[in-house]
Amino acid sequence: MKNVIEEAAVQQKKTLGFWIYLMTDLVLFASLFATFAVLRGQTFGGPSGHDLFNMPFVLLETMILLTSSFTAGLAILGSNRGYKKQTIFWLFVTFALGAAFLTLELTEFSHLVSEGDGWQRSAFLSSFFTLVGTHGLHIAIGLLWLAVMIIRLIRFKFKQTDLNRLALFALFWHFLDVVWIFIFSIVYLIGGMA
Amino acid sequence: MKKPQLETRHDEARYISYIVGFVLSVAATLLAYFFVVNHVWPKEMLIYVVLGIAVVQLIIQAVFFLHIGRGSQLKFVTFVFAILIILIVVVGSIWIMNNLDYTMMQMSPDQMQVYMHQNEGI
Repeated sequence: MKNVIEEAAVQQKKTLGFWIYLMTDLVLFASLFATFAVLRGQTFGGPSGHDLFNMPFVLLETMILLTSSFTAGLAILGSNRGYKKQTIFWLFVTFALGAAFLTLELTEFSHLVSEGDGWQRSAFLSSFFTLVGTHGLHIAIGLLWLAVMIIRLIRFKFKQTDLNRLALFALFWHFLDVVWIFIFSIVYLIGGMA
Repeated sequence: MKKPQLETRHDEARYISYIVGFVLSVAATLLAYFFVVNHVWPKEMLIYVVLGIAVVQLIIQAVFFLHIGRGSQLKFVTFVFAILIILIVVVGSIWIMNNLDYTMMQMSPDQMQVYMHQNEGI
C-alpha cells in the first residue's frame, strides 16, 4: 500500500516536470508567433497570406487535429477504467488522424515550395515556415512517441509505467492542439485576410 | 477503500467534460472561420474578434482537456507565469517593431542612410 502511495507521488512530480517543459515550449512558440506577427507584411513583392492560403483546406486540418486531441482524451478515459481494447482503438484513431494532419501539412508545404514560394522567397514566408514547421515537427515527434507507446502497451500488457507515460502523452497532444488553434487563428485567419 | 459507485460517477463526469470541450472547440473554430470567410465586419474589428475567439478556445481547452486547476496548484501557477512571459514577448515585440517601422517610414532612403550613420552602434 505504501509503495502505491509513493508511486503516485512520484508520478505527480513527473507530471509537473513535464508540464513545466510544456510551458517552456509554449514560450518558444510565443517567440515564433511574435516573429511572424512582425514579419507578416514583409513579402518583398512576393505573394501575401491572402494569395497563398486555401481556407477550406486549413479548416479541414484544424478539424482533424481537434478530433485527434479528443480521441486521445477518450483513450485516457478508457485506460483509467481499464478497458484495454477501447484504449488501443482510440490510440490507433489518434495516430491515424495525426498522420493525416501531418500529411496534409506536408502537402501544403511541398505545394508552396514547388510554386516557388518556399522559405527563401520573403521574410513573411520564412517566419511562416518556421512557425508552422516547428509545430509540424512536434506533431511528428508525438506520432513517433505514440507509435512506440501503442507497441509497448500491447507488448507489456498495460504496465503501470506505460499508463503513466500515456497520461503525459495526452497532455502533450492537447498542448499541440492549443498551439494549432493559435496558428489557425493568427497565421491563417488573420494572416489570410485581404 | 474506495467506493466503486463514486469512482464510476466521477468517470461519467469526465466523459461529459471531454465531449463538452470538443463540441465547444469545434463550434468556436467554425464561428471564427465563418466570420472571416464571410467578412462579417471590417478587417480591424475582425482581427480582435478572431483573437477573442482564440482566447476563449484556449480557456475551453485548458479547462476541459488540460484540466488546469485540478491536481497540483503549481500547474496553475506555472501556466499563469508562462502566459505572462508570452504576453511580454509578443506584445512587446509587436509594439517595438511597429513603432520602429512608424519612425523609419517618414524618411527617404538617403535620410535613412544618414540616420543610420549617425546612430551607429545603438
